[in-house]
Amino acid sequence: MLNEYWPILLFLIIAAGMGAALVVIGSVLGPKRPDDEKLSAYECGFEAFEDARMKFDVRYYLVAILFIIFDLEIAFLFPWAVVLEQIGWTGFWAMMVFLGLLVVGFIYEWKKGALEW
Amino acid sequence: MDMQTLQTLLWTLAKIFIIIIPITLTVAYYTYAERKVIGYMQSRIGPNRVGPWGLLQPFADVFKLLFKEIILPANANKFLFYLAPVLTLGPALAAWAVVPFSDWLILADINASLLYVLALTSMGVYGIIVAGWASNSKYAFLGALRSAAQIISYEIAMGFALVCVLIAAGDISLKGIVEAQQGGVFDWFWLPLLPMFMVYFISGVAETNRAPFDVAEGESEIVAGFHVEYAGAAFAVFFLAEYANMILISALTALLFAGGWLSPFENVPVLGGTLLATHGIGWFLAKTVFFMFFFLWFRATFPRYRYDQIMRLGWKVLIPITIVWVVVAAVLVLTGAIVRGS
Repeated sequence: MLNEYWPILLFLIIAAGMGAALVVIGSVLGPKRPDDEKLSAYECGFEAFEDARMKFDVRYYLVAILFIIFDLEIAFLFPWAVVLEQIGWTGFWAMMVFLGLLVVGFIYEWKKGALEW
Repeated sequence: MDMQTLQTLLWTLAKIFIIIIPITLTVAYYTYAERKVIGYMQSRIGPNRVGPWGLLQPFADVFKLLFKEIILPANANKFLFYLAPVLTLGPALAAWAVVPFSDWLILADINASLLYVLALTSMGVYGIIVAGWASNSKYAFLGALRSAAQIISYEIAMGFALVCVLIAAGDISLKGIVEAQQGGVFDWFWLPLLPMFMVYFISGVAETNRAPFDVAEGESEIVAGFHVEYAGAAFAVFFLAEYANMILISALTALLFAGGWLSPFENVPVLGGTLLATHGIGWFLAKTVFFMFFFLWFRATFPRYRYDQIMRLGWKVLIPITIVWVVVAAVLVLTGAIVRGS
């Protein structure tokens, strides 16, 4: 089975290589005439002011944190879903307890306003 | 390296290019189809100057982009700036390594292929974040934040929809999932898992940042979003990745919910024994094109969502629906209402 994985590795290398090759071809074929105005950050014709790496809304962090919790949950559900028939109702209820805990947390977030934009 | 290994290596390389080249060509003509289809939907005729019926338009575009200057903004982080397009395109193409085009046409027949696809499609968000950060431009930065938050939000709904597919199929390989749908149109998972089919496709549109969820590239507010500083071939790579992702989502929808290479006429009385009832790559491609058309149709039809509406739809509508459906699907399987195939 592990034998099947090396074509995937090769595919990954070629896919990434293709992107890199396009950028290289583009930089070889394209002109290079830089000037100050062209190289400044695009701001609809205004002079760029301040650093672009500024403070941003904390809700983006919040979404990322919530994402980790739910994504782990999904990773946990995957094997459970595949063997559901073998583990039967016992397995079902075990997962329901876990899912129930997650839903309680989800309702809490909702009520706290973490999902408001 | 002995002859045997070299031969296998070359043969695998050939197969990889047999997959990648048609995908690249499909992307080229998908952009042409997009302009034509949306054109006709808006009573225009679309591109019609380059070649007969404008058929050479995509090549004109590609060569134009290749001969343009790649601008590296003064304050940008050079290494990350050039890495970002590669990070975006790599996963979009590499996911095809495990896609079964028919029951035997498959490059790497691994038993956890759905997991691999999920992992790779999640990688795409790194390219966007890195692009937005490396550009050191306000529009790019805000666009990247928006895109990333949107993509990870819809990925949860998508993941739960996939769990439902796994529950119904009892197999985690794409091939096994298609084989579990044998029997005819009404045995494909779109019907027993209809809400999940819809959630999956909507999430797929949101994942690829396409209309009506294209706020990351909302021209009227943040210009082109995360790739606003990219020009020439570097931009072309982002463009290629976006369309490759749309094709990938269409192909996955065809595999997971529409029976992949299975013929819709399998158990239909009169057509049952004819050529139409034969399974094969043709059906898979036809279904993929069918779903690809929806992306274009959506773009011509729906006005753009507002960002807060997008986040509300993802978190407060789709995720609760999918969580409930995971339970429903599990009960349906355990009570025997959905019989697992194969």
